[in-house]
Amino acid sequence: MTVQLRRADYDAIVAHAVRCLPNEACGVIGGRVEGETKVIEKVYPLDNPDQSPEHFSIDPKSQLAAVKDMRALGLSPLGNFHSHPSTPARPSAEDIRLAYNPNDSYLILSLAEESPVLKSFRIAHGEASPEPVCVLRV
Amino acid sequence: MQLTVAGNQKEYADGLTVAKLIELEEVETPAYVTVSVNDAFIAGGTFEEAVLQDGDRIEFLYFMGGGSA
Repeated sequence: MTVQLRRADYDAIVAHAVRCLPNEACGVIGGRVEGETKVIEKVYPLDNPDQSPEHFSIDPKSQLAAVKDMRALGLSPLGNFHSHPSTPARPSAEDIRLAYNPNDSYLILSLAEESPVLKSFRIAHGEASPEPVCVLRV
Repeated sequence: MQLTVAGNQKEYADGLTVAKLIELEEVETPAYVTVSVNDAFIAGGTFEEAVLQDGDRIEFLYFMGGGSA
């Protein structure tokens, strides 16, 4: 599936990741599925309780609050995002080991280079498969 | 009874437990799922005893975490 998001939501992910430096940032994404495209309609930047440059986790209470908001807006949970402050945008062994929902999209934003790099993956049965990411101009 | 499961309204028989709902909904990797009923988390290990009521709203939440190391 292709993951599509608006420029403003992409910018929100980048801004959250930069704000959380040197630690990893994280959040969840909500939207709808249209054919073979996951359309992200809302990004939920959340706190990283781990406060670590190498680890993240999402507090279940924060996750539930975001899901509740999605339901109120008629959206569905589509997955999550997190940042890699100094490594490439690819799932680490820990990312793969802790990816329990094969239906989710796992977005990773790397800040290792001069320009941010955002990639998305489906992770199932210990294997990560890249998904195309389309950032709309609007 | 009527339940709202992950945002979808569904009919289920009375007396349904959270454990049975997880089975019927074919929830993926259920060992790593946290369940909320009406915005309250159900304690792990009590899914067999947690009986759902008409009108309950249920969400299945997966642990989310990882790392770049």
